Amino acid sequence: MKVIKHSFDGVIVGAGGAGLRAAIEAAPHMKLAVITKLYPTRSHTGAAQGGMSAALANVEEDNWNWHAFDTVKGSDYLADQPAVDILCKEAIDSVVELEHWGLPFSRLENGKIAQRRFGGHTVKEGEAPAFRACYAADRTGHMILQTLYQKCVSMGVTFFDEFQVLDIKIDDGVCKGVIAYEIATGNIHIFEARAVTFATGGFGKIYKVSSNAHSLTGDGPGILYQKGIPLEDMEFYQFHPTGIYRLGILLSEAARGEGGILRNKDGERFMERYAPSIKDLAPRDMVSRAIATEISEGNGAGPNNDFVYLDLTHLGAETIKQKLPDITDFVRTYVKIEPINEPIPVQPTAHYAMGGIPTDVNARVLSDATGTVLPGVYSAGESACVSVHGANRLGTNSLLDIVVFGKRAGQSMVDYVSSTKPMALSENAAEDLTNKIENLMDKDHNLEFSVPRIREELQDTMEENAKIFRTEESLEKQTEILTDLRDRYQNVTISDKGKVFNTELLEAIELEYLLDMSDTTVASALHRKESRGAHSRVDHVERDDKNWLKHSFAFKNDASVKLEYKDVELGNYEPKERKY
Amino acid sequence: MDVKVNILRYNPETDRKGHWEEYILEADPDERILDLLHKVKWFDDGSLAFRRSCAHGVCGSDAMVVNGENMLACQVLVKEVSTPIKIEPIRGLPVVKDLVVNMDSFFDSYKKVMPYLVNDTEPGERERLQSPEDRDRFEDTTKCILCAACTTSCPVFWTADTYVGPAAIVNAHRFVFDSRDNASKQRLEILKDVDGAFRCRTAFNCTSACPRGIQVTKAIEDVKRQTLTIN
Repeated sequence: MKVIKHSFDGVIVGAGGAGLRAAIEAAPHMKLAVITKLYPTRSHTGAAQGGMSAALANVEEDNWNWHAFDTVKGSDYLADQPAVDILCKEAIDSVVELEHWGLPFSRLENGKIAQRRFGGHTVKEGEAPAFRACYAADRTGHMILQTLYQKCVSMGVTFFDEFQVLDIKIDDGVCKGVIAYEIATGNIHIFEARAVTFATGGFGKIYKVSSNAHSLTGDGPGILYQKGIPLEDMEFYQFHPTGIYRLGILLSEAARGEGGILRNKDGERFMERYAPSIKDLAPRDMVSRAIATEISEGNGAGPNNDFVYLDLTHLGAETIKQKLPDITDFVRTYVKIEPINEPIPVQPTAHYAMGGIPTDVNARVLSDATGTVLPGVYSAGESACVSVHGANRLGTNSLLDIVVFGKRAGQSMVDYVSSTKPMALSENAAEDLTNKIENLMDKDHNLEFSVPRIREELQDTMEENAKIFRTEESLEKQTEILTDLRDRYQNVTISDKGKVFNTELLEAIELEYLLDMSDTTVASALHRKESRGAHSRVDHVERDDKNWLKHSFAFKNDASVKLEYKDVELGNYEPKERKY
Repeated sequence: MDVKVNILRYNPETDRKGHWEEYILEADPDERILDLLHKVKWFDDGSLAFRRSCAHGVCGSDAMVVNGENMLACQVLVKEVSTPIKIEPIRGLPVVKDLVVNMDSFFDSYKKVMPYLVNDTEPGERERLQSPEDRDRFEDTTKCILCAACTTSCPVFWTADTYVGPAAIVNAHRFVFDSRDNASKQRLEILKDVDGAFRCRTAFNCTSACPRGIQVTKAIEDVKRQTLTIN
């Protein structure tokens, strides 16, 4: 295998919103490379739809403290409150900065940025839904991704497109660089870099029905987990209430923010029973549970009673065209119905990982539950767990998270690089990776151990046993299944032995990350004997602040997962019963 | 139902030129063309190469030629196309392997037109104001996902690959008509050049090819007209 060496001060892995925002901050101050397994504009930030919250108060009175209250309450009090304060306070300047860089926000008549309502966002700590989400029609993520990429182009940022980082080199607890695979040639590239940021996004592909792109396989968290770095709060996985039936394609909460209503098979607006004050705009965990409950009680629609309806028919053609053009196009394209006239079949879809690589508020990666910083390694965006989302993220706070903490990751890289000297890596730094690849290439292909078979079984069983509602029994069953899948993965084989665009090889490596993400999700969920936010234990239905107001840290322990815990950082808001 | 699919295959490590391979696949009429490609890759021939990511028409990875027309494989359903389904790489860019083409020149053209907001005036602490009407002037071209379906459907681009192509002009349009931008003149000078907007012969292929429904040819005409306003 051909090995090529590069020398940089900093490397950013992933070119979605968090990675690009970090790059803008770091690029003027160091020799920087951004490495992405896609092209930057293909990143999944571009699929985000509804908005990015900030208390701009363009429509009505608002302030960032109310935003912070909603975020903490939405998190079911698991978020670290000092981090939430930073998120909500810096939100305002972050939105303004994106506007100055050209982001084409939708506008109010007075020319200011338009804002809409979104789930869980209220004024005056719960009084009424708030107009807080800044948006660009229903393609806000697309506009953020494009704007950040455009800014990077204007700055001449160095990109390595379609290079996949597969290893990090940490010697004596200090970061020295990463090893990447060039997809077009099969060449191996050593990137010397003393500051490395992982902004690789989520891992929704552990589930069968997901809003996530095929590329979201937990690469960053997987690489670090295999090096002994823990993953935080993995049991908290968000299911978005409104995925297109069977396909899982996201239909933004903005649809309900603009007045859309969820109905069961009888046409009943069932959210009135579950969240009497804010109804359809309750946070996602509650709405997804409500839908799952309706379905399990026989109130689902269709021949199998397995979906509910998202009804937009009362909004009118003009509102739909102006404010929800993309998601209604998805419905026309994939379901072949006209949402102006007909309600849309929806079901919860795996959407967002609240958990991930533990970091402090400066995006520095923590190597244990006591807060020890791993020098030179950073993470931001969905791959990271700060934690600002706690047990359940509010809609619009992920687009906020990527710019606020992406910027902080970039700043931390600058601080670190300016106070340290370059690190050298030898030619044999790539050996672990080249051995792994050669091992996969040398084995004869055996269909029984093919990537798609193992992966399909993984996704089907995670969907069945570790989705919205969980029990000790379902999680123990899934633990056994994962052990079996892991055994089979040891023998995984591929048929493509070529060097050029061998994506089968990469799918095989990504499958190991998916297994890591599943192991940690299930182990963390099994141990947490309470229900909080997105983690609903049928056998432990109450939230238990006395024992469980803490973050889980899942460590790799040979073939099993070892768990440690860390207290939640509280602040202005004492945990209270969560009602809407 | 069984569906016959023909894919233009090319592996630079073993083939001197491309050849058609036929696959008979069990498929549901509501499945996407992308699902068919996955069936081949996952359960028949793992070496089949194509790009894909979001699988619902927003990332722009999987532009290809299906039955002679450019489209995103994830945005078209089996029941919407006639069989046998013929799938080949987008045209005018060098093929790397199977359905994957080299995108370098495409992104180079995009970067040529200064695809970013230029405004050196002090913006102040809050957002710049823009009326909904001014915002609407460039709404259509903000939708571009850089999939290359338009550029690689253009007969002028096929014969003259120095032409910046529809996608680059669309991205110039997005800034030329943004009331906040101050660099229209520089962009229009670039597009007045021999490889710029006037290469367009209004074939309208680009408009039919755009998976985002952008009125690409109209945007190019807007830009041409705007170049006449600079001196």
